[in-house]
Amino acid sequence: MAYSDKVLDHYQNPRNVGSLDKDANDVGTGVVGAPECGDVMKLQIKVDDGGKIVDAKFKTYGCGSAIASSSLATEWLKGTTVDAAAEIKNTQIVEELSLPPVKIHCSVLAEDAIKAAIEDWKRKNGKLPAAEEAQS
Amino acid sequence: MNTPIYLDYSATTPCDPRVVERMVPYFTDTFGNAASRSHSFGWTAEAAVEEARSQVAQLIGAHPKEVLWTSGSTEANNLAIKGVAQMYKQKGNHLITAVTEHKAVLDPMKYLETQGYEVTWLEVDDQGHVDLKQLEAAITDKTILVSLMAANNEVGTAHPIEQIGAICKAKGTLFHTDATQAPGKLPLDVEAQHVDLMSLSAHKMYGPKGVGCLYVRRKNPRVRLTSQMDGGGHERGMRSGTLNVTGIVGMGEAARISREEMDTAVPKLIALRDRLQDRILKELPDAVINGDPEHRLPHLTNISFPYVEGESLLMGIKEVAVSSGSACTSASLEPSYVLKSLGLGDELAHSSIRFSLGRFTTEEEVDFAADRVITEVKRLREMSPLWEMVQEGVDLSQVKWTMH
Repeated sequence: MAYSDKVLDHYQNPRNVGSLDKDANDVGTGVVGAPECGDVMKLQIKVDDGGKIVDAKFKTYGCGSAIASSSLATEWLKGTTVDAAAEIKNTQIVEELSLPPVKIHCSVLAEDAIKAAIEDWKRKNGKLPAAEEAQS
Repeated sequence: MNTPIYLDYSATTPCDPRVVERMVPYFTDTFGNAASRSHSFGWTAEAAVEEARSQVAQLIGAHPKEVLWTSGSTEANNLAIKGVAQMYKQKGNHLITAVTEHKAVLDPMKYLETQGYEVTWLEVDDQGHVDLKQLEAAITDKTILVSLMAANNEVGTAHPIEQIGAICKAKGTLFHTDATQAPGKLPLDVEAQHVDLMSLSAHKMYGPKGVGCLYVRRKNPRVRLTSQMDGGGHERGMRSGTLNVTGIVGMGEAARISREEMDTAVPKLIALRDRLQDRILKELPDAVINGDPEHRLPHLTNISFPYVEGESLLMGIKEVAVSSGSACTSASLEPSYVLKSLGLGDELAHSSIRFSLGRFTTEEEVDFAADRVITEVKRLREMSPLWEMVQEGVDLSQVKWTMH
């Protein structure tokens, strides 16, 4: 399979690999996917009092496109706000990385990971609507 | 040393230069049709075809007249399975095979199921072996064919074909073996191993692509086949089509070299394969060897690397040409059915790499490949949330994953 230059670049030089303290109140963690499906993404955000994402880290088990999707996501997350991050769509990742149809699920996973991380942060900080709070 | 390094000899082999040298005149000077009986061009071609037939027959301990030329193993498997099923349908409608066979056996069997035949699909144990007692019990008076490969193309596990052949002979059913991976690597003898039909392919033994053969036993018992292509009645009426004389000459020479050099080639392959495997396991002790570590092809090792995904590993070691059992390298998005049949979890199937070495592999190449794999697995582990969890003492089987 031929990879785009951007996928290759993120794969060879992944940005923001690592972990933040998952127990810290200002950190939101999202883990999505499953080993038997061939990809698991862990995405973490660190949010300041103003709702700005000051740091983002990832670890991904998966193909090159999955690694590239999560690496790109952390680049986009750093410096943006939680509200803006929630608007990131998988199609933007597909476009930026020129992912072929068979790899679109990698971008979906990255979007899910962003949403899961935001939700985790909101839950810790009492920002979830009551109904969702009860569910989670 | 030039890169990329080729360690995918089970997919195909380069032609041996000696094979090419033998083939060249048959493209231009001695180009005759082996079926032309009226002039010397035809006679020369026919003589070359018959010499090659003898060379292949010698490789497997057969009589030359028992070798039928085909386009490769896929055609040979189709001809053996469908040809026997149709010829012997008055005798019975039952065939037996195993779930780890090549698609070129599984798919003709599936086709026969749609035509009113019954197929028993034998399961395998965690090393890829069928249970011989189960095989014996599965054979009934309606069984017309047992098809079990000599050695598996993905994990290398070698079936005890001599014992399988003996069971089939005692029960009075025909035995076909797809021996594509075996020439020059495992002993082949259709008499000692009681084989009635055997598929071979030239391009897995340093011959050209597009040519292979089917061994069809001529006596004790005489095996008959319904031809699968209608035409000029070549190959004793069992396989019509103008013979690929150039390719056949190449296959004959390839068979001769494989037979003559097997005794020196096998220890060399085992030494190189074990060197690769030992070097990797020393640095990555949780890597897992798939298949039977003893009774297997001498040139092949299939290794799973936990916590690392196969396609990303292949990307990282792009200077080394190997195959992966990962879903991402196949069109189906399903991980290898062979590895799953051995009971491997999907995550280990996703992270498996097949290394297959060959006649032209060097120690330097093996060391380079091992070091690249070690470096890349370590890099990807540092990036892997699964590895991190395991280091923290998390039991991955107890984690509730979000399926997607």
